[in-house]
Amino acid sequence: MSEPVTALKGASDTSGIAVVTELGPTGMITLRGDLSAKPVIKAAVTASGVTMPEKNHCATEGTGGLAWMSPDELLILCAYEEVHQRLADMQSRLAKIHALAVNVSDARALFQVNGPKAREVLAKLAPVDLAPDHFTPGMFRRSRIAQVPAAFWMPDAQSVRIICFRSVAQYVFDVLNVAAQDGSEVGYFNA
Amino acid sequence: MLNIHCPNCGVTAEETEFHAHGEAHLKRFGPGSTDDQFESYLFMRKNPKGVHFERWRHQNGCGKWFHVARCTMTLEVFGSYSAQTYTPPQEIIEKIQHRRPDWSAEAEAS
Repeated sequence: MSEPVTALKGASDTSGIAVVTELGPTGMITLRGDLSAKPVIKAAVTASGVTMPEKNHCATEGTGGLAWMSPDELLILCAYEEVHQRLADMQSRLAKIHALAVNVSDARALFQVNGPKAREVLAKLAPVDLAPDHFTPGMFRRSRIAQVPAAFWMPDAQSVRIICFRSVAQYVFDVLNVAAQDGSEVGYFNA
Repeated sequence: MLNIHCPNCGVTAEETEFHAHGEAHLKRFGPGSTDDQFESYLFMRKNPKGVHFERWRHQNGCGKWFHVARCTMTLEVFGSYSAQTYTPPQEIIEKIQHRRPDWSAEAEAS
C-alpha cells in the first residue's frame, strides 16, 4: 500500500490569532439517495457510527461523523484506514436500493481553526451569520470560503473544521492564515 | 445585495452563495416546433422593470435549483419556491400583490 498524503502534508500555522492546521488523512464517503428511506439511513448510521443528524446539522464522535449535505446527500466521516471496508459494507447494504456511495477521501482537504477567535476567523471569509447564538456547535453549513466552496462545522465552541476540495487546499490554507494573522482581531463576537 | 432563501435546504443567505440562471417557467420547443417557436424559446427573454420570476441555484450550498420572484427595479425579493412548478404558486402571487397591488399574474402571462 502506498502511504496516504494530504494536500499540504499537515501544514500548520500558529503565528496568528488562531491556529490553522491541516488535519491528517480522513475517510470521507459521499452518500446520495432518498434520506427518508430506512435502508439508506441505516447504512449511513452503521458506516459512521453516529446517529442521523437533522437537516443542516452534523453528528460527530471521535473519527466518525455524519453530515447533512443537501436534501439527498450525506457525508460520512471515518478513519482513513477503514474507509474501504466501510464503503464495501455500505454498498452491499444498499445493493437493492437506488443510492450511490463513493469514497471521496482523497478528493478533499480538512482544516481545523482552533482558538477563542476561531469563529471570528471564519466569519471574515464566509457569508454566513456566525454569531454564537446563530451558528452553534453541531450545525453544519455548506457555503464558500472567500472564492471557493467549502463546508464547515464547529466540533466545540473554540474550533472550526472546514472541508474543501483538495485542489484548492493551498488557497484555503493561505486565506485562513490571512484572516487569522496576528493583530487582526475584530472583537465582534466578544460581547 | 439580495437575501435569498433556499427552499431545498432552508438556508437564507446572501446572493454570492447562489447563482442566477435567467428567466423561469420557459416552455421548451424542441424537435417538431416551428422556427419561430424555437427562436423564441432559445433567445427571447422578458426584460421587465418590476416583478420577475427567475431560476436560481444554491451554487455554494446544497446545489439544488429553485425559483425566485423578485423586483428588478427595487431588488426586493418576494419569495422563493420549488423548482418543480410550471407557474408561480398562489402564495407567492399573493405576496407580490400585497406589495404591488397593480400587478397581476394574468397580465404577466400575456
